[in-house]
Amino acid sequence: MAVDLPDNVLITRLDELVSWCRKNSLWPMPFATACCGIELMATGASRHDLARFGAEVFRFSPRQCDLMIVAGRVVMKMLPVLQRIWMQMHEPKWCISMGACASTGGVFDTYCVVQGIDRFLPVDMYAPGCPPRPEQLIQTIIDLQEKIQSEGTMFGREFEDPERQRPKMALRLEGRKEAAELAQRRGTP
Amino acid sequence: MSTQETVKSLSQAFGPLPASHFRGQTRVVVPVDRLHEVLKFLKEGRGFDFLVDITCVDYLYYRDAVDRFGLVYLVANTATNERITIRALVNDPDPEAPSVVDLWRGADWMEREVWDLFGVRFTGHPDLRRILLPDEFSAFPLRKDYPLQGRGERHNFPVITRAES
Repeated sequence: MAVDLPDNVLITRLDELVSWCRKNSLWPMPFATACCGIELMATGASRHDLARFGAEVFRFSPRQCDLMIVAGRVVMKMLPVLQRIWMQMHEPKWCISMGACASTGGVFDTYCVVQGIDRFLPVDMYAPGCPPRPEQLIQTIIDLQEKIQSEGTMFGREFEDPERQRPKMALRLEGRKEAAELAQRRGTP
Repeated sequence: MSTQETVKSLSQAFGPLPASHFRGQTRVVVPVDRLHEVLKFLKEGRGFDFLVDITCVDYLYYRDAVDRFGLVYLVANTATNERITIRALVNDPDPEAPSVVDLWRGADWMEREVWDLFGVRFTGHPDLRRILLPDEFSAFPLRKDYPLQGRGERHNFPVITRAES
């Protein structure tokens, strides 16, 4: 049974529509701990203008955000704070690991700096650079928008994917020698 | 009023103390059991009213070094702009030095920092606990025998998954 649609009506999947709404209204939570934070501020400022991508409303409360941008190195004293903030954010939520330090620890291979937040938190996008220029961060946000549009579902089924369940580095460490080493190190204070 | 005179008055009061000068800076090495007396003398007798910093050096693996830790006290006289460095050497297994919080209240956090990073205990400190590192940290990371990459402290966290958060 054919239904006549007027020309100004189009049909789509609900998931597509919801993802389209979500991707164009990202509310970043700036977790800026180092020089990446300066670039993050520049990205939000008028010259680079994150408003062009619908992500200009930075909120400093995790309750009002859905995109955590971890900009800068995270030390062992800060990681429990970071994890708590992540837990406080409402779903659906995404995480960008901005810069070398947040992604891998960068040059700070010392006792107190966490060697990549993706060992302990799920991360969706990585922005390379030290620090990344605003263009790079904007590209990361565009890529994240693409990811939300292509994979997003209304009830967040895509987050149940085992790949996205676990933090990436924790996944990679599993079943490897390093994991055993890690467990051994955990035993000793 | 010069640093020379200060050093002279120090040696008059406490006997000869090894002193050295380098690029306008004067350094006096003091035995640790007389450290408090010396600093008190400097503060009350010579007008050194400002404690700039307390820090520490670990001389483990250092060429020709005899003592393990060198405590460094930088004091200044704000009236005459005179500065002097007092050093005291402390050793394992239980490095200890007298607290100077009773002379300068500002020494409180400085001594806590030295305790936190080097494990030098300051006797008489009102509240000697860690200041920078988390309370549950069990090592003194600026000691030279502590590995740079730590003993797994940075790995010791729960892994948060999407399902949990």
